[in-house]
Amino acid sequence: MIPMTRVEWEQQLASDYNRRGRRKTDYYSDSKIGLADLYDEESLKSSGFDAQRDLGFPGTFPYTRGIYPSMYRSDFWIMGQYSGFGNPEATNERFKFLLSQGQTALALALDLPTQLGLESDQELADGEVGKAGVAINSLQDMEAIFAGIPLDKVRQVFTTANAIGPIMLALFLALGEKQGVDPSRFTIVLQNDILKEYVARGTYIFPPTPSLKFTADAVEYCTRHLPHFKPLVICGSHMRQGGASAVQEVAFTLANAQAYIDEAVGRGLDVDDFAPSLECQLSVPMNLFEEVAKYRAFRRMWARLLKDRYGAKNPESMKCFIRVYTTGYTMTAQQPLNNIVRVAIEALAAILGGAQSLSANAMDEVLSIPTREAAQVALMTQHILANETGIADVVDPLGGSYYIESMTNAIEASALELMQQIADKGGAQKAIEAGFYQEIIRRNAGEYQKEIEKGERVIVGLNRFVDDKHKMKIESFKADEGVQERIIQKLRALKAGRDKEKVRGCLCALEQDARLGKNTVAALIDCARAYATIGEMCQVLGNVWGTYKEGAAWL
Amino acid sequence: MKSSRRIPRVLIAKIGLDGHNRGAQVVAYGLRDAGMEVIYTGIRQAAAGVAKTAVEEDVDVIGISSMVGAHLAVMKRLKKELEALNAADIPVMMGGIIPEEDYDALRELGADAIFPPGSEVKGIVQYIRGVTDGLMDSGSSGNLVRQQD
Repeated sequence: MIPMTRVEWEQQLASDYNRRGRRKTDYYSDSKIGLADLYDEESLKSSGFDAQRDLGFPGTFPYTRGIYPSMYRSDFWIMGQYSGFGNPEATNERFKFLLSQGQTALALALDLPTQLGLESDQELADGEVGKAGVAINSLQDMEAIFAGIPLDKVRQVFTTANAIGPIMLALFLALGEKQGVDPSRFTIVLQNDILKEYVARGTYIFPPTPSLKFTADAVEYCTRHLPHFKPLVICGSHMRQGGASAVQEVAFTLANAQAYIDEAVGRGLDVDDFAPSLECQLSVPMNLFEEVAKYRAFRRMWARLLKDRYGAKNPESMKCFIRVYTTGYTMTAQQPLNNIVRVAIEALAAILGGAQSLSANAMDEVLSIPTREAAQVALMTQHILANETGIADVVDPLGGSYYIESMTNAIEASALELMQQIADKGGAQKAIEAGFYQEIIRRNAGEYQKEIEKGERVIVGLNRFVDDKHKMKIESFKADEGVQERIIQKLRALKAGRDKEKVRGCLCALEQDARLGKNTVAALIDCARAYATIGEMCQVLGNVWGTYKEGAAWL
Repeated sequence: MKSSRRIPRVLIAKIGLDGHNRGAQVVAYGLRDAGMEVIYTGIRQAAAGVAKTAVEEDVDVIGISSMVGAHLAVMKRLKKELEALNAADIPVMMGGIIPEEDYDALRELGADAIFPPGSEVKGIVQYIRGVTDGLMDSGSSGNLVRQQD
C-alpha cells in the first residue's frame, strides 16, 4: 500500500470539515499566533527548525529542553507557595504549617506599606497593614516571622521586595546574624525587579534611574560577597497578569533583563560572575501548549542573549532558572471550586515546560488571600502532579512534538521582533518611560475583556455554563481586623526602646553613601542591625533620589 | 445629579497602595469606548485628591477599583473626603476583589454599586447610564450589586 501524502490527507480534511463543520473559521493561540490544522515534519522544517541548533540535549546549550540533563528525575521542582499575611506571628504559624506539609522553600509575601517603604502607622498605610502580605517594619518583625525556623533549615527564602530589594537583603543578613546562622548556609532570593513595577505591579518608590541603580546595588553586593544568593528575579509574570500575551511577556522580560545586565556590566562586573545568580519569573495562564512552548523559547532566547550579546563563557550564565506563578486573571469568582482545576492545568503546563520553581495559586485568591485549606489544596495539587502522574519521570517529555517545536519557533521569532522595537526606542527603561509596554498591555487586556463579553472567548461558569440556581460557596479568609493596631503598638514600642543615637548615625551614613553614589548595601545592613525601620531607610533614600508618582489623565 | 448632561463623565480611581491596574484600566477605557468622558487617576492616589478631582471635574460617577482587601478602609476615607467637600451625593461604584460578606458594610459606607470579579463592562455602562439618565435614585438604592447577568 502506498502511504498517504499530505495533499491527500488535506483532501480528506476538507471533506471532513464539509461533513462535520468546524467550531471556528480560524484558530489562534492566546498570542494570536495562527494555528494550522496539523503540525508535521513539513511544518517544522518550514519554520526553520534545526534540531541540532535549536534543541540540543537537556542541560546543554541552548537549553531548550531544560537546564539540567536529568531534570525532575533527580529532584522535583521547588514548591514555593507564596504566603504571608497579618502580623509576623500569623505568618510564622502559616510557614510552620506549610513546612510540615512538605513545602520545600518559603515565599514571603509583604504587605503593600512594607513594599512601599511606609511605616505601619502612616496614614497612607491605613487599611492595608498586613493585608496583601505580612507587615514588616524592622528586624524585630523578621525575628518573629522566622522564630523557630532557622534560615538554614529551608531550601531558600524568596521575597517580593522590589523597590526595597536591597533593604530586605540587609534585613535577612541581620536576621542570620541574630539566629547565629552563617549566610553561606542559606539562600535568599530577592525579586528586586524594579522596571516591571512601572509597567504592571506598581510598587515603585523612587524614579527609574536611581531605582535601577539601587537594584544593581544588591546584585553587585551579592556578586562580590554572597555569590550563592539570588539578588534579582526578572519578572514577566506581572506584566502577563496585567494583560501581556505570551510573546510580549517573553520580549518584555528579556528586554528588562538586558537593562539590568547592562547596568551590572557598567559597574565593572564580569557577566559570568553575576549572570548565574539571575533568575526569571513567568506566569502560566491556560493555553497549555503555547505556555509549554513559551518556556522552551524563553530558555533558548536567554541562552543566546547571554552568549551572543554579552559574550558569556560560563554555561551557568546561559541557563535560565525559571520560577512560575499560576495565574490570577484566569480564575473566576463564579463557581470558585473550578479554579482548582485551572490551577492544576496551569501547573501541569509549567512542569511540562521545565520550570524550576512553581507556586500554585489557591482557588480562592480571586476572592481574598487564601484560607489554610485552599493553600493546602494548591500545595497538594503540586504533590499530585509530582507523585501521581508520571510527568516528572522523563526529561522534556514534549520535546520533538511537531506542534510544540513549531510554536516554540514562532514565539521566539515574534518576541525577537518586539525586542527589536524596544531596542529601537532606546531600550527597556526608555520604552517604559514612554509608556510603550503599558500601552500594549492595556490594549491586550481590553481586547481580552471584549472577547469575553462577546462570547468569543469562553470562560466556564462566567459566560458559558452559568448556574445561577446553585451557588458554589466557599469559605473566604477572614482578615484579622485588629492586626493593624497591634502592629502599630509594636512599632511604637520598638521606637521607644531602641538606641536612638545609633539609629540616627546609621541613617546618616546611609544618606551619605546614597549621595556619594556608593553601593548602599553595607550601610543598609548597619541600619537593619540597629533596628531602623524600612520606612526610615526609604525616607532617607527618598530625600536623596526623590520619589515617583503617576498622574491623572483624561482618556 | 447632573442628569441634564448627555455625555456621562466618570472618574476611575485607584485609592491606597494597590498597584493592580488591569481592572481599572479595562473599565476606564471600556467606558471611554462606550462614549463616556473618563478620567483615570493612575495608581496610588489619596482619597482627598480623588474627591477633589471628582468635584473640580464635575463627574457623574466615581469608580474605585480595589484588589487587595482594602475596600472598606478606602470607601470610608473617600466618603469622608466627599462629605468634607459637600459632594457626598456623587455616586460611588466599587469594583475588584470584594468578598460578598462585605457588600452590606460597603453599602452602609455609601457604595452605590458593587462590581465583583467577572463583571462585564457593559453592565457598568448600563449602571452609569441609569445614574445619568436620572432613572435611578442614586442616593437610596441598596440592591445594586451586579453579579454576572
